[in-house]
Amino acid sequence: MKAADWADGRLGIYGLAKSNLRKIFPDHWSFMLGEICLYSFIIIILTGVYLTLFFQPSMAETVYHGSYTPLNGIPMSEAYKSTLDISFDVRGGLLIRQIHHWAALVFIAGMFVHMFRVFFTGAFRKPREINWLFGFLLLVLGFFDGFLGYSLPDDLLSGTGVRFMEGAVLSTPVIGTYLVMFLYGGEFPGNDIIPRFFTIHVLLIPGIMLGLLAAHLILVFYHKHTQYAGPGRSEKNVVGMPLMPVYMAKAGGFFFLVFGVIAAISAIATINPIWQMGPYRPDQVSTGAQPDWYMGFAEGLIRAMPGWEIRFAGHTLVLGVFIPLALFGLILVVLALYPFVESWVTGDKREHHILDRPRNAPVRTAFGAAWITLYLVCMLGGGNDIVATHFHLSINDVTWFVRIAFFVLPVVVFIVVKRWCMGLQRKDKALALHGRESGNMVKLPHGEFTEAHIPLEPEQLYPLVSYDQQVPLKLPPAVDENGVKRKVSLNTKMRARMSAYYFGEKSQIPKPTVEEYKEIASGHGGHH
Amino acid sequence: MSQDEEMSSANNLPAEQDHGDGELAVKGDNPFADPGLPPHEHRRTDIDEKAANRAERQVAFLFLISMLATIGFIVSYYAIPKSQIVYIFLLGRVSALNFSLGLTLGVALFCIGAGAVQWARTLMSDVETPQERHPIEADKETREFVFEEFKAGAKDSAFGRRKLIRTTMFGALALVPLAGVVLLRDLGPLPGKKLMETNWAAGKRIINHNTGEPLKPSDIQVGSLTFAYPEGLSEEDEQFQEKIAKDALMLIRMRPEDIKDKTELDWSYEGIVAYSKICTHVGCPISLYEQQTHHVLCPCHQSTFDLSDGAKVIFGPAGHPLPQLKIHVGDDGFLAASQGFQEPVGPSYWERP
Amino acid sequence: MAVVVVLLFALAATGGLYAAFAPAKKAQADTSAQSLTVQEGKKLFAVGCASCHGMNGEGSSDGPSLIGVGAAAVDFQVGTGRMPLMQPGPQAPRKKVAYEPAQVKALSAFVASLGAGPAIPSASDYDPAKGDVAAGGELFRTNCAQCHNFVGEGGALTKGKTAPSLKGVSPKHIYEAMETGPQNMPSFGDGTMSDKNRRDVIAYVYSKQGHEASSPGGMTLGGLGPVTEGLFGWIFGLGALIVVAIWIAARTSKVRKS
Repeated sequence: MKAADWADGRLGIYGLAKSNLRKIFPDHWSFMLGEICLYSFIIIILTGVYLTLFFQPSMAETVYHGSYTPLNGIPMSEAYKSTLDISFDVRGGLLIRQIHHWAALVFIAGMFVHMFRVFFTGAFRKPREINWLFGFLLLVLGFFDGFLGYSLPDDLLSGTGVRFMEGAVLSTPVIGTYLVMFLYGGEFPGNDIIPRFFTIHVLLIPGIMLGLLAAHLILVFYHKHTQYAGPGRSEKNVVGMPLMPVYMAKAGGFFFLVFGVIAAISAIATINPIWQMGPYRPDQVSTGAQPDWYMGFAEGLIRAMPGWEIRFAGHTLVLGVFIPLALFGLILVVLALYPFVESWVTGDKREHHILDRPRNAPVRTAFGAAWITLYLVCMLGGGNDIVATHFHLSINDVTWFVRIAFFVLPVVVFIVVKRWCMGLQRKDKALALHGRESGNMVKLPHGEFTEAHIPLEPEQLYPLVSYDQQVPLKLPPAVDENGVKRKVSLNTKMRARMSAYYFGEKSQIPKPTVEEYKEIASGHGGHH
Repeated sequence: MSQDEEMSSANNLPAEQDHGDGELAVKGDNPFADPGLPPHEHRRTDIDEKAANRAERQVAFLFLISMLATIGFIVSYYAIPKSQIVYIFLLGRVSALNFSLGLTLGVALFCIGAGAVQWARTLMSDVETPQERHPIEADKETREFVFEEFKAGAKDSAFGRRKLIRTTMFGALALVPLAGVVLLRDLGPLPGKKLMETNWAAGKRIINHNTGEPLKPSDIQVGSLTFAYPEGLSEEDEQFQEKIAKDALMLIRMRPEDIKDKTELDWSYEGIVAYSKICTHVGCPISLYEQQTHHVLCPCHQSTFDLSDGAKVIFGPAGHPLPQLKIHVGDDGFLAASQGFQEPVGPSYWERP
Repeated sequence: MAVVVVLLFALAATGGLYAAFAPAKKAQADTSAQSLTVQEGKKLFAVGCASCHGMNGEGSSDGPSLIGVGAAAVDFQVGTGRMPLMQPGPQAPRKKVAYEPAQVKALSAFVASLGAGPAIPSASDYDPAKGDVAAGGELFRTNCAQCHNFVGEGGALTKGKTAPSLKGVSPKHIYEAMETGPQNMPSFGDGTMSDKNRRDVIAYVYSKQGHEASSPGGMTLGGLGPVTEGLFGWIFGLGALIVVAIWIAARTSKVRKS
């Protein structure tokens, strides 16, 4: 008590606690995906700090005479040597290294799944667009920090990635060679890239990420969590259990569970066994050179791209490398900007706290599925050699498949998923209006057999009928009331067209109405 | 009023009332109305003290296991030698220390989490309660008040009126970051001709990478693959990594009649051809040579070059052929470069002619 | 029965004599001591190989000439089951060996008699214990890893061809493959690699793929690097955590009012 009073006198904690101590959070497993990311991030920081105690971010050459005898007498950089030392001479060092790396894979996988939960449920809508962007930035920074961390041990696999980066940066028109010289401190590989990557990896990017993370969490608290539709849940409330004690126990416990699972994985499966790969040398390479999974789609773009090069006036425009790089950014940015496109189409300025069921937003859901398809196709391209060897295919065929599927599959998936959503809407409507199938056959007076349906309970019915359904925007009449031709801006025309696509009859099934329900309930429509 | 505003007057949006607002509907009146929160149902632990006690013991048991696992972790740390390898079913021959540390730590942590969650699930209240939301947007009065305040502040500053101050301030703020930009200049040297040149030059002997000996034509059989570097390069060199990154060479031998490209034939010696090992795509050491097809594949991005036809790109993302090194046999009988590479090796860039 | 025993004895004797007298990796001539083996090999060759390679190994449109390929090439191709070929494909895969060791030896001897070529190496040439693993690793990463992966797990080549995994390949066959360059593999003969180089490479491969190989960090996940690591991370890392999340958020079972 005394300590709390002391703190309140200086920090005003009682004011904060008043509104937050018993703050209500809704209970759903999909709301915990973000927590997986938060906790794995904390694990990464804890283990990362431990690793810095032993790691030497230096490219100075040394000859190895440590306890891993199969590399005895091999020249290598201090960075590689110290990573070997962490793995073989520091007790538990290997475990911490593996936890750090596994947690990084889980962190980014978690961000992905979390992001798509938010996407498919429409949780990015007002007032949460800024938080969507914060989350997106965290994802992209996670990509890059992961890539940098993977490069630090200076082994043959990661060095190949660093060399790839040199080639990629070189392809930048006009300033490519300057960027490379400034980045590597001279010609590749030089002596600067590992120490520079180290600082960026442990200080710059994690610092920015911590700031974004804090902002992300503050906004989650401030906006209060979204919830799924259900009896008693509305746009104006949030239904769930209090932070103190239920979520303190559940969320706090979840941290330990995440840490425990990752530690156990690190005990049973090895990750990035750098001693198998050997130290980096620019004239050596191994087949199956891939980046960590999250960079796989960039790798696929690079592998599938034809080798276009344009020469003119003594210069070379390296489109074969530069286009994939630009696409890499573009594909990500499209996803980041989607919420703003959707709100432009809908013109919706209201707050949304009740989540959409994905089927009730067919165009959005189909777009998300198409994006994921594109991502997966590229990722497949990034592993085309592994795919070829393990499925006994020709690597050339796999690459051609990726080249074609890149354009075709997302479109196919878009169409299929949109129709699927519409089908589910139809099913929901039938369920809402007619109720569940009872399994009992009934003979009607005129001899027809039909299955009797049991009407839904109100708490089952409500979530099926309580969602938003927009009607397409209508352009104002071409001529106004004074007979003057209206000028309709291109923007408006496009909006109307998009809106018709989003909310026209090809993209949604009209919601069941009370009238329809009452008519069927009164017996007119009972024989479906 | 513009058309856009007219269009966003929300006439296409559903009414807010479509969502229940938490009020209980009169049953039978509107079947779609919000039936309200269902009443709370008790768990066994809520009403049965014995069940609650059992749950308590479960939670305590989990915490206890965690304690034991932590002790196991500490014991493993001291008891198991670093280099001990054990065979574990399904995992193979693994480090005993890593396995036991990871497993005990995993159990210790997992059981704390499982205990806390089990506690919350069985013994803490699971009554769901609604909490009201408040709109994020400020009300009209607040909004107006803020704008008034801002105007007053802006007027006080005379920012709009005293243009000289404004202009010079923007000028100063725009210039000062240049100090930071200039500071980045010493990150590295200017590119100059660095990327254009390698250490290969007329008369430099070709050294076998594996043996460190200069190569004779008889060393290179049809169907073999040999990697080489220029005479005078040593692993002890300060700049070895930078040099080998450009100088790495591969030599193969074909029957001269199999060589389709005229220049390639001219630059070869009795069917021995020398090509840069550095891929022209993004610089991986390309070297997956198929001795029957004479194709060489890059392991990184699968660019494929035909070494019997001027190393032309026949598949993949590389934009131009691998540079060939013209070779001959010197008076001493060893293979040597007749000249340096006639084009830059490695990936393309803007200044590459 | 007795004939078989005698024959086997004779074969073993000639093999032993050959190992004792034949200088390693020198072209071997058809000496009288080996004529029995050669005769035997010729018969086997006529039945199993001649349809593609010709009665006297001169080759045909279905198979290359074997004149001058040497005993080592035959020992590798037949000894790893690649030959005889079962069906046409991008390349001949490793499979169950169709011949007894003595028959392989006879076939090798027959092909060696057609023209000079690399002989079957002696045990001391490829003994993994005699090589330097660290130096071998360095050589392997320079010469071999680009096709066979860091630790010899294999990898893809063009148009469906592959560099096979080196798991379970005997040191002798690794030596022969380097010496002769089977199928699309380039050879790493005397001019390219010294004897010591090759022994070092074999020692390295054996340390990574032999039964003594260990993986300190746990399961190797195929030794294929980030692709399988990513899959494992998604399925067992994130997958397990989502299961845990479902448990945390699941309703505790309620007392049923009956």
